[in-house]
Amino acid sequence: MNLFDIPFLVDNFLALCRGIPLTLQLTVLSVSSGAVLAMLLAGLRLSGNRVLDGLARGYIFVFRGTPLLVQLYIIYYGLSQFPELRRSFAWPFLREPYWCASLALCLNTAAYSAEIIRGGVIAVPLGQIEAAKAYGMGRLTLLRRIIAPQALRLMLPAYSNELILVVKSTALASTITMMEVTGIAAKLISASYRPVEIFICAGAIYLLLNFSITRLLRFFEHRLSRDQRPHVVATGEQA
Amino acid sequence: MTDQTRIPAVEIARLEKCYGPLKVLHDVSLTAQPGEVISILGASGSGKSTLLRCVNMLEVPNAGTVSIFGEAYRLDQRPDQPARVVDRRQLQRLRSQATMVFQSFNLWSHLTILENLIEAPVHVQGRDRKACIAEAEALLERVGIADKRHAYPAHLSGGQQQRAAIARALAMHPKIMLFDEPTSALDPELVAEVLKVMRDLAAEGRTMLVVTHEMGFARDVSSRVVFLHKGYIEEDGTPADVFSHPRSERFRQFISTHAH
Ligand SMILES: Nc1ncnc2c1ncn2[C@@H]1O[C@H](COP(=O)(O)OP(=O)(O)OP(=O)(O)O)[C@@H](O)[C@H]1O
Ligand SMILES: [Mg+2]
Repeated sequence: MNLFDIPFLVDNFLALCRGIPLTLQLTVLSVSSGAVLAMLLAGLRLSGNRVLDGLARGYIFVFRGTPLLVQLYIIYYGLSQFPELRRSFAWPFLREPYWCASLALCLNTAAYSAEIIRGGVIAVPLGQIEAAKAYGMGRLTLLRRIIAPQALRLMLPAYSNELILVVKSTALASTITMMEVTGIAAKLISASYRPVEIFICAGAIYLLLNFSITRLLRFFEHRLSRDQRPHVVATGEQA
Repeated sequence: MTDQTRIPAVEIARLEKCYGPLKVLHDVSLTAQPGEVISILGASGSGKSTLLRCVNMLEVPNAGTVSIFGEAYRLDQRPDQPARVVDRRQLQRLRSQATMVFQSFNLWSHLTILENLIEAPVHVQGRDRKACIAEAEALLERVGIADKRHAYPAHLSGGQQQRAAIARALAMHPKIMLFDEPTSALDPELVAEVLKVMRDLAAEGRTMLVVTHEMGFARDVSSRVVFLHKGYIEEDGTPADVFSHPRSERFRQFISTHAH
C-alpha cells in the first residue's frame, strides 16, 4: 500500500470516473421513477380509505424491512424463474442487469420517499388548508397551490438524505455485473491487488457526488424557505 | 333593512349538528338580510364556531338547510351516515361568496401578503392577475399595511396579520363575511386596529356574521345580536333590545361577566 503513489492514484481515479455516468444514470432513473411511485403510495396512505392505505402500508413494510441487496437478487435472479414473465413484453428489460438494478432501487426508494412525502403533507398547518377550502378552492388547486409547495419545503431535508442513500446504494449494482464506480473499482483491484488505494479513490468519487447533491438541495431549500428566515423582507423595493 | 320581499343573504333553517353522540346545535334558525351585521355571542363551547362554520360548510350539518342568497347547499343528510356536501361545484361557488376570517388568521405562510390576497381571486375566481394586484394594493392601503405587501405572514404582528386576512377576504368581493373571534388571538393593544377595520366594513353595508367576545362591538356596531347557549338560540334581537331587556337569565349572567 502506498498512498503517495500519485500517478497510480490519478490513473485509477480517472478510470473510476468512467463509472460516474452509469452511477448517475441509475440514480436519476430510480429517483425519478421512485418519486412518482412514492407520490402514488403517499396518496394511498392519505386517501382515508382503509383498503388503499393498507396496501400502501404493506408495500412500505416489505420494502423498508428487507435489505436492498436481497430485493436486487430476487429481481435479478428470481424473476427469470417465472416462464410467464420470460414470455412477456417486459422480459427484454428484466433480463438486463441495468433495468433490474434501476427497478430495485426505484421500488426501494419509493417506500422511503412515500413516508417522507406523507410526513411533509401532514405537517402543513390544518388552518391554512381550511382557509383555502373556505375560499372556494377545489381539491386540485388546494393540492397544487397550498399543500404541495409547503410540503415540499417541509420534506426537503429528509428527502436530501434519501437521495444520498440512493447514490450510495447504486454500489450494490456492481454485484449484478454493472460497471458503475464500484464495479470498476472491483475490476481494477483484481488487476492491481491494491484495494485500499482504489477504494479510497472510489470513496472520494461518492463523496464528491453527494457533496454536489447536498449543495444543490441546500440551494433549493434556501429558496423555498424565504418565508421562514428572519427579516430579509422586501427584495428590490424600497419601503 | 327588513323588507320582507328581499332575498335573505343567509338563511339558516332548523339546523342540527352532532359530533358523534354529542349534539352541539339544536334546531337553530337564523336569517341575515343583506347589510345586516349579526353578532353571535355565547359562552365557550356553546356552538358559535360550529354555527358559523356551517354557513360555508366547513362543518356539514346533520339536519336543516343553509341558503346563500336563496340558494341552498345541496347536502346528503341521510341518518346513520356522516353528512356530506353533494355538489362540489356549488359548494365552491357559494363559499367564495361567503368568505371567512379566522381567529388564528390562517394566512398562507409560503406566500407574501400580496400573493395571499390575489391567490383565491386568480386561482378560484379566474380573474385577471394584473387587475387583482392593483386591487390588492388598494385593499392593503385601506387596512393600513401597504408597506408589508412583499413581507411573509411570519414577519407581521398579529394585528397586521389579521388585517391582511381581512383584506384577503375582501379581495374575493364577498357578499357575506364570516368572522370567527377575529380579535381573540390578539394582544389587547392590537384589538382596536382590527375592530376599526371591521366597523368600517359594517358601515359600508356588508352582510356580516361575527362571533365575538367584544361587547362594545356587539352593542355599537351590529344591527342584531344572537346569544347561543348549549346549541340553542336564547336571545335574538337588536342590541338595544337585547342588552336592556334580556329575556334569558343566562344572557344576563353572560353580560355581567363580560362587561368591562
Ligand atoms: N371537531 C369536533 N369534534 C368533536 N367535538 C367538537 C368538534 N368541534 C367542536 N366540538 C364540540 O362542539 C361544541 C361546540 O364547539 P364550538 O367550537 O362551536 O364552540 P364555541 O362556542 O365556538 O366555543 P369557543 O368560544 O371556545 O370558541 C363543544 O362542546 C366542542 O367540544
Ligand atoms: Mg369558537
